[in-house]
Amino acid sequence: MGIEGIGARVARKEDKRFITGKGRYTDDMVVAGMKHAAFVRSPHAHAAIKGINTDAAAKMPGVIAVLTGDELAADGIGSLICGWMIHSKDGSPMNMGDWRPLAQTKVRYVGDAVAIVVAETKNQARDAAEAVEVDYEQLPAVTEAVAALKDGAPQIHDNAPGNLIYDWEIGDGAAADEAISNAAHVTRVEILNNRLVPNAMEPRATLGQYDEAEDHYTCWTTSQNPHVARLVMSAFYSVAPENKLRVIAPDVGGGFGSKIYIYPEEIVCLWASKKTGVPVKWVADRTESFLTDAHGRDHVTTVEMAFDADNRMTGLKVDTIANLGAYMSLFSSAVPTYLYATLLSGQYTIPAIHCNVRTVYTNTAPVDAYRGAGRPEATYLLERTVETAARELGVSPAELRRKNFIREFPYQTPVIMNYDAGDYEASLNAAMKTADYAGFPARKAEAEKRGKKRGIGMSCYIEACGIAPSQAVGSLGAGVGLWESAEVRVNAVGTVEVLTGSHSHGQGHETTFAQLVADRFGVPLDSVSIVHGDTDKVQMGMGTYGSRSGAVGMSAIVKALDKVEKKAKMIAAHLLEADETDIVIENGQVKVAGTDKALGWHEVALNAYTAHNLPAGMEPGLKEGAFYDPSNFTFPAGCYICEVEVDPDTGKTEIVQFVAADDFGNIINPMIVEGQVHGGIGQGIGQALLEGTSYDPETGQLLTASYMDYTMPRADDVPSYKVSHTVTPCPSNPLGIKGCGEAGAIGSPPAVINAITDAIGNNNLTMPATPQKVWKAMHG
Amino acid sequence: MYETNYHRAGSVDEAAKLMDSAESGKFVAGGQTLIPTMKQRLAAPDSLIDLRHIADLKGISVNGKDVRIGAGTTHYEVASSADLAAVCPGITSLAGHIGDPHVRHMGTIGGSIANNDPAADYPSAMLALGATIHTSKRDIAAADFFTGMFETALEDDEIVTAVSFTAPDACAYSKFPNPASRYAMAGVFVAKGGDGVRVAVTGAGMDGVFRWEAAEQALGSNFSAGALDGLSVDAGDMLSDIHGTAEYRANLVKVMAKRAVAAA
Repeated sequence: MGIEGIGARVARKEDKRFITGKGRYTDDMVVAGMKHAAFVRSPHAHAAIKGINTDAAAKMPGVIAVLTGDELAADGIGSLICGWMIHSKDGSPMNMGDWRPLAQTKVRYVGDAVAIVVAETKNQARDAAEAVEVDYEQLPAVTEAVAALKDGAPQIHDNAPGNLIYDWEIGDGAAADEAISNAAHVTRVEILNNRLVPNAMEPRATLGQYDEAEDHYTCWTTSQNPHVARLVMSAFYSVAPENKLRVIAPDVGGGFGSKIYIYPEEIVCLWASKKTGVPVKWVADRTESFLTDAHGRDHVTTVEMAFDADNRMTGLKVDTIANLGAYMSLFSSAVPTYLYATLLSGQYTIPAIHCNVRTVYTNTAPVDAYRGAGRPEATYLLERTVETAARELGVSPAELRRKNFIREFPYQTPVIMNYDAGDYEASLNAAMKTADYAGFPARKAEAEKRGKKRGIGMSCYIEACGIAPSQAVGSLGAGVGLWESAEVRVNAVGTVEVLTGSHSHGQGHETTFAQLVADRFGVPLDSVSIVHGDTDKVQMGMGTYGSRSGAVGMSAIVKALDKVEKKAKMIAAHLLEADETDIVIENGQVKVAGTDKALGWHEVALNAYTAHNLPAGMEPGLKEGAFYDPSNFTFPAGCYICEVEVDPDTGKTEIVQFVAADDFGNIINPMIVEGQVHGGIGQGIGQALLEGTSYDPETGQLLTASYMDYTMPRADDVPSYKVSHTVTPCPSNPLGIKGCGEAGAIGSPPAVINAITDAIGNNNLTMPATPQKVWKAMHG
Repeated sequence: MYETNYHRAGSVDEAAKLMDSAESGKFVAGGQTLIPTMKQRLAAPDSLIDLRHIADLKGISVNGKDVRIGAGTTHYEVASSADLAAVCPGITSLAGHIGDPHVRHMGTIGGSIANNDPAADYPSAMLALGATIHTSKRDIAAADFFTGMFETALEDDEIVTAVSFTAPDACAYSKFPNPASRYAMAGVFVAKGGDGVRVAVTGAGMDGVFRWEAAEQALGSNFSAGALDGLSVDAGDMLSDIHGTAEYRANLVKVMAKRAVAAA
């Protein structure tokens, strides 16, 4: 490794602009003639629209247009779709309800968009939005999934009787039942996985510009995947054909999944720009973010885990009801199915697994992937269940896990996944050593003297990144392929541009990806630029989610680098009159191995473009593209150990130690990886201790719609983390990397709750474990 | 935010006159409650009358045990006053834990007590210290000033100009913050002086800040945390919301009271 190559702790190139306020976000974009939009949103969770009167609003100062769903429909703009088809176990397709970008006949959650106002200023647009008179006939609302399935619950979509979207299963139910009936011990747990609001620092925003002269649209938007946005808006929503629609996702301030999806606002602003003849910008305020960004999690699950007399796991049966909110968001159907139930084997040999999932409409914000997307839900239920089993069986939680670890790879689980590599015991041992697990009883006794209840809990997680290969996900219902693309352009002076289909919204791609080039060609990091986020600049790509940019995005770059390297070596061999196989590239020099014959990297590049002396038949230039479609998911895994002290008087939990031992395979930039782990654990601690999303069950109003009531983790809520890595290289991609973006959020919540329940001696505790809940669990 | 007219008052008199001529005016000092409320379009005063530039409202004076704090004094200035800390560390500590650094550099003691948020910290200190609230029209005892949740004895055009009190022999404030807002879920200010012990509670009571008289009596004869062991506040008088039930708040009141006594 060089000082800027693979494995180096290079400071992030992009941070200078971010921390000096020089980032360029969608709201920073200003185009000539631009006007401002506000959306009229439903104040009701469920209501029929009897009429919309825009007359008063249209006459307000500065108002350019007030547009409704009927006009949008008249122009042929399509409904929003979910792009992953799931079939119920009876073979019927999922019941996808109609999601109009602007509601026409019915609103289904508080925040549902009904009309758009375009005005000279943002405040004028908002003033006028308040003056739009919508005649609502209120209907009974339901916010909880279990309640929505009950007889007589309010019916939200006509084509989803009983609010059921699908009733899906995976695995062998009979085998799991048999394991449970033959078990020496069965652990039964009820699990609630709390709904979370993503809370990206940058709220969603979009600027739509229609150019009449060119009959062309440009959409600046807060997207994790601008090409997918363009594809969906063209192919499904009929906003504009792909060749006439440019989507630009400039600097994006965090996504965590919530900016994967195409929301009504992008579509409506583009359409409104054509309709009004002016560019239309909309920026969500924080309240709109709370109300309308796709939420995460919200599962209700029962678990049965069977053990034989030797405490080996023999079976697992899981029954989940998942709340998908008022509409099916873009990937919502895949999250509680193929991103969830396929991980239920965890790190363990479990011969029989069955999982049943019912997804349900409710009068709440749509629910879709949020950091981890299905894997946190799977990990939470498994690791809470294993910990509970250890307590019931009276054995060490660590040893119960160790006894059941998968030890031979590849390992085919009963739920589709084929684990390619791992060493779970290495992570467990590393974490236990760092945590001084053996010293815990002494620390607990010491805490007791101070009046504190100390507890320890662990979580051995596995997750799956880089969802793939495309053929396999297609057979499971995905509407798209999940490959990635890259183009490496070496300029005539030897500087390099990498065009990637991945998108960075905080992950540090501009640094990590450049390190691959620096490592390969020995060029300084500063002479490498990463280009992303613009469909006019970058070839079709699939974007960033599911921790795929490392394993899939960088693999595509590696493939393109391979091609560039091969051509550069051919050019150098020709110029140096050597055999191509003798050419090596070292420290910016292209050399004949074992001789002093060498060319500078820039000289090779220049020769490629002057083309005065190239090998016979070679095309000029030094630019190569590649598409990479992985052969398998990658399987990061690790062990987290959390130690807490609970104040018995108030129920307040303090995390006094948090240890993470992750196996991400090979690592390109350890500092950035550690940052990803820190951020992920911070969000996991948020879920476990702080973040509770609360809807009023009667009115469907979001009660936690601001930071006065929704507890985002603050610096003093989280400890310093002790992070380390073990390495089993991933065999299915050229870099041997697995992905690290979500692990922290996946692995940490059960470790925290296992620790608290250990401390207080009561296993009956749900997330978020607020002081009030913990106090009640201690005192009844 | 709806459109509003901004007025910068140079004196208390001018501020009062501006208020009288406004249709629906609001005084603004630090603006830490009012401005966010306006941004959310939950308040729409036609005029904002800014008190921040009135010199008479500024400053802390400590003469022996006599303390006077100008209404326009920020939480940061209270928290960092060495003179004040020497005679009444309870109030400097309280001020140092309001909100975050941004809030403490903007928010003022006058604004806080005039708003009388049921979860604000200062009202408990005013009650427990037996403070006098000085206004543009009169002097009001703290006990008469706070009249209910977000309610005070102030008239519409009446401006808090200062608070004054005699520093007690011992005092301390202990609060359990709401995990989300960091306002008090229960904040207890305990002050022990020549005229006995006062215990004032914020954040927990259904009617805003209140004095816990049973605790005062118990502490009057035995000023120790243990003196509160057998006591409890009535959960029926406590707030209940998604963050804390009335029972939980009642527990917190007792725990915070004991901690305040121990710290005093």
